[in-house]
Amino acid sequence: MKQYLVIGGGIAGIHCIEGIRSVDPDGQITLVCAEADSNYGRPLISYYLEGATDEGNMSYRGEDFYEKNGVSAIHGVSVTKLDPESKTAVLSDGQLLPYDTLCVATGSSPFVPPMAGLETVEQRFSFMTLADARALEQAVSEESRVLIIGGGLIGLKCAEGLYAHTRNITVVDLAPHVLSSILQPESAQIVEEHLREKGIELLLGDSAKEFQGSRAIMNSGAVVEFDLLVVAIGVRPNTALVKEAGGEVGRGIVTDARMQTSLPNIYAAGDCTESRNIVTDAQGVLAILPNASMQGRTAGINMAGGEATYDGGIPMNSMGILGLHIMTAGSYYDEESGGKTYFYETEGGYKKLFTKDGHLTGFILMGDLNRAGIYTAMIRERRPLDSLDFEAVFENPSLIPFGRAFRKQKLGGEV
Amino acid sequence: MKRVYVNEQWCLGCHLCEYNCAFANSGETDMAFALRGKTLYPKIRIEEDGKVCYAVSCRHCTDPLCVKSCISGALSIEDGAVCIDHEKCVGCLTCVLVCPYGAVAPGPDGAASKCELCLKNSCGAPACVEGCPNGAIVFEEREAVMT
Repeated sequence: MKQYLVIGGGIAGIHCIEGIRSVDPDGQITLVCAEADSNYGRPLISYYLEGATDEGNMSYRGEDFYEKNGVSAIHGVSVTKLDPESKTAVLSDGQLLPYDTLCVATGSSPFVPPMAGLETVEQRFSFMTLADARALEQAVSEESRVLIIGGGLIGLKCAEGLYAHTRNITVVDLAPHVLSSILQPESAQIVEEHLREKGIELLLGDSAKEFQGSRAIMNSGAVVEFDLLVVAIGVRPNTALVKEAGGEVGRGIVTDARMQTSLPNIYAAGDCTESRNIVTDAQGVLAILPNASMQGRTAGINMAGGEATYDGGIPMNSMGILGLHIMTAGSYYDEESGGKTYFYETEGGYKKLFTKDGHLTGFILMGDLNRAGIYTAMIRERRPLDSLDFEAVFENPSLIPFGRAFRKQKLGGEV
Repeated sequence: MKRVYVNEQWCLGCHLCEYNCAFANSGETDMAFALRGKTLYPKIRIEEDGKVCYAVSCRHCTDPLCVKSCISGALSIEDGAVCIDHEKCVGCLTCVLVCPYGAVAPGPDGAASKCELCLKNSCGAPACVEGCPNGAIVFEEREAVMT
C-alpha cells in the first residue's frame, strides 16, 4: 500500500487529499499541519472576526473529512526536514515519517520587517490564521484603538473584521494608495473615500519609524496612540523545506505542470509555490485560493499515479470592504505599455478593461459585478478579441457576441 | 446527468422562466404575492439583443471553476449538481468572478445565488422547464458538443 504525506492542512493540502483519493482509495495518507486548525478557508478569518461566519460553518469540507478519507491528521507539529534519498520527513516532535510521495503545501507566513521598538508593543498580532483571528477577537473591545500596518488585502479585510467591534481604526501604508497591488490610483481613491466615510483613518505614503509601547511615531512625524497593533505588510512563501533538501526555489517552490518539484517524489502546491501567469507568461507567486485548490488536486492525482496538469493562472480577487465590492483580474496595461484601455460607467461604479496585443488582459470592476466571469474566462482562455464583437461584451457581458456556434457548444451540451 | 438546456431557436424571450424561477425559490404559495413589487433574483436569465434571445442558468459543469474557487466550501457537487450552502456562503462572490457563463449572481441575502435544478425547493423539478410556454427549455441528458 502506498504511503502519502501531505504537509499543510490549508486549501492546497485538502485538495491534494481529494486528488489522491480520486485515484487511490486505499493508500495511507498522513497529514502534518503546523497549525492547530486545518480544513478551513483561510480568507474566512476576516468574516469570522466580523461575526459573519462561525467555526462550524468555516469547516471547508466538513468535520468528518479526515475520517471519511482515511487520513491520519497530526496537528500542531511541523516538518523540519525532508530527506529525498531515504524518503523520510523529520517532524518537530522528533518523529520520522516515511513516504512514497509527498506534497509540500506549507503556504506562506506573515512578513514582519525589523521595526524599531516593535518588541515594546504588548498587544501585537498578525492576521494569517484562525488562531490570529481568535486572538484578535479576544483582545478587541469597543474602546480599542487599533493600528494596522499595511493597507493591502489582508490589512483592509482585517480592518473590516475589526470594524464590527471598534470604530477606532487607523491603517498605515507606505504606498500612496491602499490595495496598491490590485488597484490603480483612481480606483484606490474610491476605496479610500469609502473607508474614510466609515470613519477609518488612513495614513498613506507613511510608515512607522518607531514604536514606544502603545505609541507609534510615523516617518511623517504623526503620532498614533493605539491598544492593538496588527502587522499586515505582506507574506512570504514557506519554501525552506524544499530549498534545504536541495530543491529548486525561485520566488516560490518551482514545480513542473504536474506540480512535481525538482526533487524526486516530492510535489508542492498552493501559496508556497510559484506558477505561470497566463497573461504575462512570467513565473510568480499567485497566492490565491483557486490556484491552491487546482494545484493541490493536480499534485494529489499525480502523487497517486494518475495524470493531471495545472497550466497556470492569473491573479484575481473578489473583495468586499464594508459594503463596497471590487473585482479585479489579470494585468493592467496602459497606453504607454502598448495597451488600450476601455472605460465604462456602470450602476454604482465603473469598469475598466485592459487589452493588449488583441487580448483582454485584465479588469477592474466596482459597482456592477454581474457576469464578471465572462471577462475572466476571456482572459484565462486568451480569446482573440478579433474573434467577436468584443466592444459589445465590454459594454454588457453576455454570451451573445460570442456567436451561435460558441453558445451551442457551451450551452447546448455537457460542459 | 439531466441538466437544463435551452433550445435557442425556440426561445421567445418572454422572461416567464425568470418569474417561474423566482417564484419556485421564494417559498411562497401565491405567485402574485411572491413577486409583485419585489426585486427578483431569478437563477435563470434571458440574454437578448433584439435579434437573438435565450436563457442562461448554471451549466452544472463536470469540473466547475466556482466549486474550486469557493473560499468557504459553500459550493459543492451533490450527485452531479452544483449546490450552494447559504449558511456557509459569506458573499465574497469569487464564484461570480470565475463563472464563464455568468450564471452565478449576488442574491438577496448577500450570498451567491444559482440554479440548483429546483432540487431543494418544493418543485422538485426545474420550474423554468415546466413553465416554458414554447417548450424551449428542457431537462434532459446530453453529451458534450464537439467542435
